[in-house]
Amino acid sequence: MCAAVRTEADLSNRGEGMTTTGAVPAVAAKPRAAIGEKTLRRDRWWVAPALTVTGLVAWLAYGMVRVFSQANYYVAEHHYLTPFYSPCTSTGCLPEAAHFGRFTPDHPLVPYAALSLPFLLLFRLTCYYYRKAYYRSFWLSPPACAVPDRRPRYTGETRFPLVFQNLHRYAFYAAVLISLVNTYDAVIAFDGERGLGIGLGNLVLATNVVMLWIYTLSCHSCRHVFAGRLRTFSQHPVRYRWWLLVSKLNTRHMEWAWITLGTLALTDAYVMSVSAGWITDLRFVN
Amino acid sequence: MHTRTFQIWRGDVHDGGLADYQVEVNEGEVVLDVIHRLQATQAPDLACRWNCKAGKCGSCSVEINGRPRLACMTRMSTFEPDATVTVTPLRSFPVIRDLVTDVSYNYTKARETPAFAPPPELAPGQYRMQQRDVQRSQEFRKCIECFLCQTVCHVVRDHDENKPAFAGPRLFIRAAELSMHPLDDRTDRAAHAAREQGIGYCNITKCCTEVCPEHIRITDNAIIPMKERVADRRYDPLVWLGRRILRRDQMVEQYVSSTAATPTGSGHWTPAPLAGAFEQALEVPPPQAAPVGPDGKLPLSETLLDRAGAASPFGDDVSFPVPAEDLRYVHPDSV
Ligand code: SF4
Ligand code: SF4
Ligand code: FES
Ligand code: FES
Repeated sequence: MCAAVRTEADLSNRGEGMTTTGAVPAVAAKPRAAIGEKTLRRDRWWVAPALTVTGLVAWLAYGMVRVFSQANYYVAEHHYLTPFYSPCTSTGCLPEAAHFGRFTPDHPLVPYAALSLPFLLLFRLTCYYYRKAYYRSFWLSPPACAVPDRRPRYTGETRFPLVFQNLHRYAFYAAVLISLVNTYDAVIAFDGERGLGIGLGNLVLATNVVMLWIYTLSCHSCRHVFAGRLRTFSQHPVRYRWWLLVSKLNTRHMEWAWITLGTLALTDAYVMSVSAGWITDLRFVN
Repeated sequence: MHTRTFQIWRGDVHDGGLADYQVEVNEGEVVLDVIHRLQATQAPDLACRWNCKAGKCGSCSVEINGRPRLACMTRMSTFEPDATVTVTPLRSFPVIRDLVTDVSYNYTKARETPAFAPPPELAPGQYRMQQRDVQRSQEFRKCIECFLCQTVCHVVRDHDENKPAFAGPRLFIRAAELSMHPLDDRTDRAAHAAREQGIGYCNITKCCTEVCPEHIRITDNAIIPMKERVADRRYDPLVWLGRRILRRDQMVEQYVSSTAATPTGSGHWTPAPLAGAFEQALEVPPPQAAPVGPDGKLPLSETLLDRAGAASPFGDDVSFPVPAEDLRYVHPDSV
């Protein structure tokens, strides 16, 4: 005798939506297995998307407050400029903080760094890692592997507006330029009141810039445009070496994405605290 | 040795549900061992596929506790001591019976992917490649065709209607493999990925990479590079503008077929009618008969077979290349 116990509950489990995790098969004439549960995963698959939402929302909230506060962004004494205000091009900027001139309008709703922030936002929005993160955690498409997405239709990145995700490489080019500006900010901050000066703030700014470069260079588009598009590496030894390096960074792209969110917020918080006089900068040289 | 509760999906196309079994489990066993013990003791009619029990043939794909896995590579020691283990068939494909599904979707998609195109200037035997040039493609050759990536991908798992337009991650690595191949003669792999394979449907959420038992970095090393190759020619504003002005894009699209396919009841997809001589030629080729003897069985060994070498898995009456009219794929340039 078969020891299988197919209970009434098992069989009554299968309501009308029994065939699939969602849509009724339109193409395959043959049906799928009738499994009542939308997912049979029992692990805590919702932890990762929940953490992502928390992290991104918290960071965006902090970023918004800081960008629109339009205060405490520059430490004149040590030339520290926070990355959230770089390059400071608004006519409302402090003259000594504006390394590239002041020409964008001064308005409470226009960020002081109106030339860089939109591109940075675009860079991160179209980043292959962040796309994965928000498609999973905000769009729930899918929330986790083998957990169904709840939308009746799905066209991925084939239609407007998501087809524009394919322009990520242009955001990457812009991000390289902005990283150059950030590097410039970090370098001229070493120019203290009396010649070369080094304080904790310099280390914070420098660390942030290094991390930003690593994140930017580990970009998938960077990997592609510099060498990944080649068919034969052996004919391009220099680009091949570069590809090896970028590939090595690229395997940790997600980590760099989160680390740079952290260093950006910390750098900004440090500059804000020094600028507002809540703490004093720890000086090592001058 | 101890006893464990297993819930296994039993049923067929008409009906089915989870059945409970109490089964003995010994140290060092994998899920496939337990399924075999069930077949040997309590459920002799339980259907499941397997072959190598070594994670190399890709036959034993099932969903274990809701996650697509190889039954032969899932150790019993990875579960909590008293937890129930649920085994169900692959969700995205039609069920045949119990744990066996009809995975022909994947073969149809494979057939629609143009094969390696040999370089015309080189004879076979003259191919010379450097390791650094082939290493990217080699990663994708590790694929064992278990189709776990194909079943987990939400594009078809949750939206069956996308199947005609979407080839799936296993075929994206095939496209990438050939696109990165130093000697492949075709230059349209990216265009094919965009138009015929539907790579735009993928939203790089990486579930395929998560389940791949060969640890192929499908998304990072194949899908994203292919998306970038598509961006090279499709979404580069300057290229796009040029094609708009020259009205090139319509010329190409006219002959491209399968994304416009319409569902039919036969289980095959008949594409939308095309211009010209290709209308009639687009049914998927029927399976070929095996060379069985009068007793209806394959000859046991080569010595009994009337030809040298083993029987062709494609059927011995098939010669290659298969006539182009028998394939559903129509290349724009060859028209
Ligand atoms: S990364 Fe793309 S192909 Fe892979 S499972 Fe996700 S949507 Fe499917
Ligand atoms: S790519 Fe990996 S998951 Fe997909 S069929 Fe091949 S081995 Fe299986
Ligand atoms: S920055 Fe993440 S992929 Fe380009
Ligand atoms: S039986 Fe061959 S992969 Fe599991």
